[in-house]
Amino acid sequence: MNTELIGIIATFLLTLIIAFPLGKYLAKVFAGEKVWTDFLKPLEKGIYKLSGINVKEQMNWKEQLKALLTINILWLVYGFFVLIFQNKLPLNPDGNPGMTADLAFNTIISFVANCNLQHYSGESGVSYLTQQFVLMFLQFVSAATGIAAAVVLFKAFRDKTTTQLGNFWEFFVKSITRLLLPLSIVIALILSFNGTPASYDAKDQFISVQGDTVNVSRGPAAQMIAIKHLGTNGGGYFGANSAHPFENPGYLTNMVEMIAQVIIPIAMVIAFGYFIRRRKLGWTIFGVMTIGLFMLMIPTLSAELGGNPAIAKLGISQATGAMEGKEVRFGPAATAYWSTLTTVISTGSVNGMHDSTMPLTGLWQLLAMMINGFYGGCGVGILNYFIYLIIAVFISGLMVGRTPEFLGHKVEAREIKIAAIITLLSPFLILAGTAISSYVFTNYGDAGWAVQPKNWLSNPGFHGFSEMLYEVTSSNANNGSGFEGLGDNNIFWNVLTGIIIFLGRFLPIIGPVAIAGLLGAKKFIPESAGTLKTDTKTFALMTFAVILVLNALSYFPALALGPLAEYFTMLK
Amino acid sequence: MKKYIIQSIRLTLVLIVLLCIIYPISIALAAKLAKGNGSGEKITKNGKTVGYALLGQSFTKPEYFWGRPSAVGYNAAGSAGSNKGPSNPDYLKEVQSRIDTLLKYNPGLKKAEIPADMVTASGSGLDPNISIQGAEIQIARVAKNRNLSAQKVKDLVAMNTLKPLFGLFGPSSVNVLKLNLALDNL
Repeated sequence: MNTELIGIIATFLLTLIIAFPLGKYLAKVFAGEKVWTDFLKPLEKGIYKLSGINVKEQMNWKEQLKALLTINILWLVYGFFVLIFQNKLPLNPDGNPGMTADLAFNTIISFVANCNLQHYSGESGVSYLTQQFVLMFLQFVSAATGIAAAVVLFKAFRDKTTTQLGNFWEFFVKSITRLLLPLSIVIALILSFNGTPASYDAKDQFISVQGDTVNVSRGPAAQMIAIKHLGTNGGGYFGANSAHPFENPGYLTNMVEMIAQVIIPIAMVIAFGYFIRRRKLGWTIFGVMTIGLFMLMIPTLSAELGGNPAIAKLGISQATGAMEGKEVRFGPAATAYWSTLTTVISTGSVNGMHDSTMPLTGLWQLLAMMINGFYGGCGVGILNYFIYLIIAVFISGLMVGRTPEFLGHKVEAREIKIAAIITLLSPFLILAGTAISSYVFTNYGDAGWAVQPKNWLSNPGFHGFSEMLYEVTSSNANNGSGFEGLGDNNIFWNVLTGIIIFLGRFLPIIGPVAIAGLLGAKKFIPESAGTLKTDTKTFALMTFAVILVLNALSYFPALALGPLAEYFTMLK
Repeated sequence: MKKYIIQSIRLTLVLIVLLCIIYPISIALAAKLAKGNGSGEKITKNGKTVGYALLGQSFTKPEYFWGRPSAVGYNAAGSAGSNKGPSNPDYLKEVQSRIDTLLKYNPGLKKAEIPADMVTASGSGLDPNISIQGAEIQIARVAKNRNLSAQKVKDLVAMNTLKPLFGLFGPSSVNVLKLNLALDNL
C-alpha cells in the first residue's frame, strides 16, 4: 500500500487513541469528579471571582439560554466596532484598512457563530489586533459556547427528573481552562517549532534568487491555527488557510491539524454516554457517525485519487491523483481526507481548494455539511444529532403505535414541534438562499455592488451554480469553507450569509436545549418490556435511515443541478 | 437579565487578558527558541536573505528547476489558489498551454511523462515543492544549460528529495528553492 494511504489510516487511528480517553475525561470534568487537571481550580476560582459569578447557582434551561445569548450578543457588538475601526487601533503594523460595515457585519457574525466564513483575506484585510483580540478570542469562546450548550443537554438526562441543569458559566469556563486552552498550547508549540510564525513581527521583504522583490506576510499565526482546529472554527490566519506553507508547514503538522479538529467532536459523543451513565448509547451514536463518515470519505478518496478526467484527456500523468488547488507536501489522499473531515465536522479549514476538487467530491462535501451531524462541530454536533434522534424516536413510536419515549421521558407534541422546526430550518435556509442568489445572478447582473452579480462566478455552468449552493450551505452549517471562486465580498453576500449563519447557529442551539430541558423536567418512566431502546443496532439503523431520507428528500434536486450535472457532463 | 449582562462584560474582559494577551505572548516567547525565532525561517546566500525555507518562489530561467504554476505569481502577501473548477474550458486551455511550454523548453520530453503537479496551480500559490517526477523531467534541461552532466544533476535532486514522514507517511517531494541554491553552489 502506498505511503499516502498509510498516512491517512495512521491519522485516523491516532485520532481515536486520543479522542476516547478525552471523552471519558470530559465526562468527569463536567460532572465535577476528580481529574488530574484539578490543579487549575484556583485559576477558575479567580476567573469566577473577577467576573462576579457564583457557580453554585443552578440554572434551568431558559436561564442557561439567556446567559448564553447575552454574552454572545455582547461579543457581536464588541467585535463589530473593532473590525470597523481596526485601522485607528494599535497593533496594525501592515497598515491594513478598517472594514466596511457589511463586511464587518458578516465577519463578526461568522466568528461569533463558530462558522468562520471569511469574505476578507487574512494578509490584507485585518490587523494583528483584530486577529488576536477578536478573531482568535472568538474561536475560543464560540467553541466553548457550543460545548457548554451540549453539557446543558447532557445534564437534563443524567438524573431521573430535574429542572436544575447546572451553571452555564461553569461549563463555559471549564471548556476553556480544562480543554481548549491546554490543548491549544500544545498544538501551537508543535506548529511554531515546525516553522509556523508566532511572533508579532510585521511584513518582511526580500529579493528572490531570480531577483524579484517579494513581500512576506507574517504574524502570530501558530496561536490562532491551534484553536482554529481544536474549536472546529476553521478561520485561517492567511488567505489560503491551511494550504499556506506557514499555516501548515509539512506532513507532520498536517496530521496534527487533522487530528486536532476532530478529537473534541468525537470526545463529546463518548462523554455523553459516560455522563448520562449509558455508555452503550454513546458508542452506538459514535458507530452511526463513523459509518456516515466513511460513506462520505471513501468515494471522495476514489474521486480525487482517480484524477481529473478532463486533464487525463490532455495526455499527461496523474499518478497520484488530481493536483489543482492541492499542495505537493500533503498529496491528494491527505487532502481528500481533510476535505471530508472539515465538512463533516463544521471546521471549514482547508488544506486544498474545494472549488477545484472533482464534481463528486463537491457533492460529498455539500452532503456532509447538509447532514452536519456526523461528529459535527464542537458541542453543536451532538446537539444536531440529538434532533435526528428525537425525529427517529417519534417515527419509530408511530410505527409501533406507542407514545414515543427518549431515555425515560415521554416525547410529546411540543418537543416534536420544536424538532420539526429545527429540521426544516436547514433546507429552508439553504434552498431559499440559493434560489435568491440564483435569481439575483440571472436578473440583476449589472447591480452596482462591489462585485457585480454577473462577475460573481469564476466558473461557468453547473459548477458556477455549485459555488452559490456551497456558499449558502456552508453558512447554514456554520462550516465556513467555500468554493472560493465566488466573488463574495459585496453587500449581497455579506448580508445574506450573515443572516443565514446567525439563524443556522442559534436556533439549532436553542431547539435541542429547550427539548432537553422540557424532557428532563418530565416524570421518569422506568424501563419496561414496551420501552423503545435507543442503544440497539436496530435503532441505530433507524436513525441512519432517518438522516438519509430527510437529507435526500430535501437536497437531491439542488445537488442534481450542481455537482451531479457537472459530473455527468464530464463523462461525455 | 441585568445580572447576566454585567457578568458577561466582566467575564469577557478576564478572558481577553487570558486568551489574547497571556496565551499568545507566551507562545511567541517560546517560539523564539525555534528555527527563525518564530518569524519564519529565512534562507540566506552570501549574507543576504533570498527567501523563506517554507515559501516557494518563482523560477522561470532555464538553468533553474521550475516550481509549480501559481495563481498569484508566488505573492507571499496574498496567498490563494486558482479556484478553477475541473470542467472549466478556459482552465483546461490554460493547462494545455502549460503542457506546451514544458514540451517546448524540455526537448525530448514525452507528454505522458509530465506529472499533474507541474501543470496545475497549488492551493496556496506558494507551494515550495514539486514531485520527484516533476524534477526528473527537468534534469536534462538544467544540465544542458549549466554544462553539467545529467548524472551530477540527478544526484543533486536525490540529495534534495524529502522522503515520506518517518519513511512511512505521505508523499515524497523536492524543495525547489533548496535544490536551485545547491545548483548555484556547485
